[in-house]
Amino acid sequence: MSDISIATLLFFLASTVRQATPLLLAAMGGLYSERAGVINIALEGLMLAGAFTAAAVTHYVGNPFVGLLAGVVAGMAVAAIHAVACIKFKADQVVSGTAINILMIGVPAVVSGAVFLSSGSTPQIPRENLIPWTPVVIAFLLVPVTWYVLYRTPFGLRLRAVGEHPEAADAAGVNVNRMRYAAVLLSGALAGIAGAYLSTGQSSLFTRNMASGRGFIALAALIFGKWRPVQTMLACLLFGFTDALATQLQGVKLSGDEEIPVQFIHMLPYVLTIVVLAGFVGHSRAPRALGIPYVKER
Amino acid sequence: MRLLRELTFPLVAVVAAFVVGGIFVLLVGDNPFRVYGLLLGSALSWPDGIGYTLFQATPLIFTGLAVAVAFRCGLLNIGAEGQLYIAAFACAWVAIKLGGVTVQATGGPPLSSPWANLPAVLLVPLAILAAIGAGALWGAIPGFLKARFGSHEVINTIMLNFVAVAIVSYFTQYHYRIPGDPILQSAPISEAAHIPRMGSFIPGLPERIPLNVSFLLAIIACALVYVFLWRTKWGYEIRATGANPTAAEYGGISTGRQIVLAMAVSGGLAGMVGINEVMGYRYRYYEGFSDNYGFTGIAVALLGRNHPVGVFLAALLFGMLQRGGIFVDAFSESVTKDLVQVLQAIVILFVAAEALFRGSFGRFGLMKRSKV
Repeated sequence: MSDISIATLLFFLASTVRQATPLLLAAMGGLYSERAGVINIALEGLMLAGAFTAAAVTHYVGNPFVGLLAGVVAGMAVAAIHAVACIKFKADQVVSGTAINILMIGVPAVVSGAVFLSSGSTPQIPRENLIPWTPVVIAFLLVPVTWYVLYRTPFGLRLRAVGEHPEAADAAGVNVNRMRYAAVLLSGALAGIAGAYLSTGQSSLFTRNMASGRGFIALAALIFGKWRPVQTMLACLLFGFTDALATQLQGVKLSGDEEIPVQFIHMLPYVLTIVVLAGFVGHSRAPRALGIPYVKER
Repeated sequence: MRLLRELTFPLVAVVAAFVVGGIFVLLVGDNPFRVYGLLLGSALSWPDGIGYTLFQATPLIFTGLAVAVAFRCGLLNIGAEGQLYIAAFACAWVAIKLGGVTVQATGGPPLSSPWANLPAVLLVPLAILAAIGAGALWGAIPGFLKARFGSHEVINTIMLNFVAVAIVSYFTQYHYRIPGDPILQSAPISEAAHIPRMGSFIPGLPERIPLNVSFLLAIIACALVYVFLWRTKWGYEIRATGANPTAAEYGGISTGRQIVLAMAVSGGLAGMVGINEVMGYRYRYYEGFSDNYGFTGIAVALLGRNHPVGVFLAALLFGMLQRGGIFVDAFSESVTKDLVQVLQAIVILFVAAEALFRGSFGRFGLMKRSKV
């Protein structure tokens, strides 16, 4: 711990970026959904869907990019369930999201039990079939792209309008529900990439519940970043940093025999989010129509 | 008649979930009738099936009630998971600290020394109060944050779940684990804090089945929640706040206070899971003991129409699924016990997307809009 060389610093930086990547992908997905007015606490489940599918398909096909694509499709398919429940059937969005999260703990486990005769994991993928950096590049490219789409294109304007003032958007001729479907599906696709990165980039197989709360941290980063792309990226980097720090300090002994309790570093993102949400540091305001199903007046 | 109408919809949702789950079973290559037969048959056998079903249902009654009380105030408490972890640890902590338990490795220096060595008459009620109190306090935090700063309870309860797990894990790992123990669990609690298993006074029920008197506490809790919500002024004010906060405010109700109160009661109920776990089952705090009880509680409350009787019935159903799932795991080659998770998730989706059934069944007058 005493001599921090350039190499360890670089290693630490890379580690931060790698930890931030799945958060960033999922948070950008959440951003589209929530800016359109649909709460997406299902990010965790969508990531799991992408992670399992990508690992399974990569195992069979031997091509991680086909796996990645399959992960995207899986994320979108599961997001479609959330979208139909929330938009068409006006289900409570938080409840539907919770259901998706529980569903996606169960489904991969049952399927892998039947297909791979395991208790919830896929076979190991050989090293040359992994994609350690592609999703990282996608994630960080997504930030300027999302910014541009959101603030400089008609699609982005409509998306924001639908999340803030659906009635006004509707009056202006925007199909509110179609925009929301598009946004939720898009969030499924991005969370699917996030999942694919977990199983075929960061590690080399799918394991049970491997997102382990990252979907919720992504959600926290989204709120911490005030539902804006650049701030959200910074929040993801901060949370990625705490993650990398906790991993580095695991088991490191202080003077004497005291270990550094990493639990306190782990809880940092969550505590920060609570503090920001309470308005102690800046103010984080959700899109106005977030969580409210749109009923067209007749 | 009213009861029948209330029951129709949840039953339809459960049947629909079983149908979808059955198709899923078919897809992964097993016979759904065989799997469901296994699931229900093993959950209803005497004494093991019923004993374990009721044992599995106990925490779900508590978390179901917890979510229901918050729902009645218009709040979604997805923090029951964190509340029950904090509570279970507090419960174990009191039963260690005041139960004369010294935490130390054999021959090593003590990590923690007891403050007192209380007899069962004092220790049992104190440990129970610790569980309820700690849960209530942890639940009241998001309530306070909502009432004072308007920050959304859903996000705060999610965040506090992770904070709770981290805090409790810290104390277990560094202060209350017997040094050298490879499992992340606290030292065993004082025997004076053990509560009796039902097997000790029900003939034919072996004592190895961990069903304990906290199941009776759960039934009492159902009754008390009913009385609280529908027979007291506080309950009335909570329901008024949930039904229409603006009107309640005009009516002279301090909605902020009701929100904190509802969340505290909710957290306290969730915390009672700790009594079952620590005092009646494992006799120690065991890291990661909750099998998603807090989240399943949402399903239980929704399915039970946020009413204590409904919660009780829904918890029994989910308890059956949990118990039966273990047998499915053992006796089916292609279906694992995770099928239970899938079934629960589908039930939640169907109950949440109620309009789905209104559309197709409403026409036949099968489902009239119930006033909740």
